[in-house]
Amino acid sequence: MAGGGHVHALYRHGDSPVHRLRPQVKIAAAFLFVFAVVATPREAVWAFLIYAAILLTLATWARLGARFVGTRMLIETPFIIAALLIPFFAAGETVTVLGVDLSRSGLWDMWNILAKATLGLLTSIVLAGTTDIPSMLRGFEALRVPRVLTAIMGFMIRYLDVVLGEFRRMRVAMQSRGHNPRWLGHAKPYATSAGLIFVRSYERGERVYLAMASRGYTGQMPTRPGDTATIQQWAVAMLAPVTAWVVAAAAWWSM
Amino acid sequence: MHIPDGFINGATSAGFGVAAAGGLGAAIKQTGRYLSERQVPLAGLVAAFVFAAQMVNFPVSIGVSGHLLGGVLAAVLIGPWAAFVVLSVVLIVQGMVFADGGLSALGLNIFNMGFIGAVGGYAIYRMLLRVMPKDGRGVTLAAGIAAGIAVPLSAMGFLLQYIIGGTTTVATGTVFTALLGTHLLIGIGEGVITALVVGAVVRSRPDLVYGAPDYAGQRTEVLT
Repeated sequence: MAGGGHVHALYRHGDSPVHRLRPQVKIAAAFLFVFAVVATPREAVWAFLIYAAILLTLATWARLGARFVGTRMLIETPFIIAALLIPFFAAGETVTVLGVDLSRSGLWDMWNILAKATLGLLTSIVLAGTTDIPSMLRGFEALRVPRVLTAIMGFMIRYLDVVLGEFRRMRVAMQSRGHNPRWLGHAKPYATSAGLIFVRSYERGERVYLAMASRGYTGQMPTRPGDTATIQQWAVAMLAPVTAWVVAAAAWWSM
Repeated sequence: MHIPDGFINGATSAGFGVAAAGGLGAAIKQTGRYLSERQVPLAGLVAAFVFAAQMVNFPVSIGVSGHLLGGVLAAVLIGPWAAFVVLSVVLIVQGMVFADGGLSALGLNIFNMGFIGAVGGYAIYRMLLRVMPKDGRGVTLAAGIAAGIAVPLSAMGFLLQYIIGGTTTVATGTVFTALLGTHLLIGIGEGVITALVVGAVVRSRPDLVYGAPDYAGQRTEVLT
């Protein structure tokens, strides 16, 4: 299901060992890795350097490319700005940096959020960059995510571009008739169009359902038997999160 | 904005993750008959609509633009539990496929935007409906006000998570003021746009609006 060969913006086609790992193994590893990062005490700067090294090794191994990873990191920008403001608002003793009084604990707060959010984002990029959507959905199913949920996801991703295309065409149509929204008071034409797009999406959903029903759909998507992951696959993929948890434990111990 | 990794500590994030998974399971059961696997394409299209609406920016004032969050909108259109499922699907895909929102923060985000935003917002909508004029305009107004309240309420969900497991030493009061200030503004935009969208759908296809009482227009079962 989910559109054979459908490729999304964050996927980088390739045939590296990271690409070839079973998706369920990769998803589980990514979650375990991120939780290890989040659980690490912030003063253990060296631990974060090890995490970054692991992720960058994986990204290089998967041939994701510095530009691909870099442009996708930009999504973080608003949070970097928010984090940079923390030292000005946090309480506690202050240190003077370039003539400005900053909270010492606030600086640690900033570092903590920047490091963990960046590493978490990098993990997501490696996961999404090496796993296409059909695989991701098969991975969810192998991890016992309810079928209803994975099926809704599949349909959502398959029709996202269709619905987005309707929003774009609507905007072009409004602009070509002189609509130039400047503030919220000009929202009515946009909202009316959005309402229309909802009705169209809903009706499209009905048509898709009826078309499928007429072809024998009874509520079960025919799926390719999911590839089960071998013990070796799990062992290889768990190297990264297990290392991360050992590092996190060592970081706590060294505090 | 979705919470990234690192704002809230691991234990709290994991706790909310477990709660979100449980809630999602319960919501799937709740929707039972009408979100049965047969109508999965419908739910998928509504999810695509919410996702797309979140990607389209609209100018709010000079230099500031926002986009629809869609919690109350989805709840009024397709029902609170179905909306919770749909918003969770949107958040999961945003986190795992588009790297928007941290993986460890997925439960936090689902709780704030899915549960408080859609289910909580819908409860406010039902309460408002009682005091509104009994016509299409009442439905529109109730949806708008509920959406306007649900946004700062979702932000208060983050505040709760911050009090339980925040990782910074910024005083709770400071976080509260900053959150409330920005989200009241976002809420105004959300309320206006939600009201207008619900109004447009109520006028053209009242039968598609789950949360509209009979007086807003005749409801028909399209799918059997």
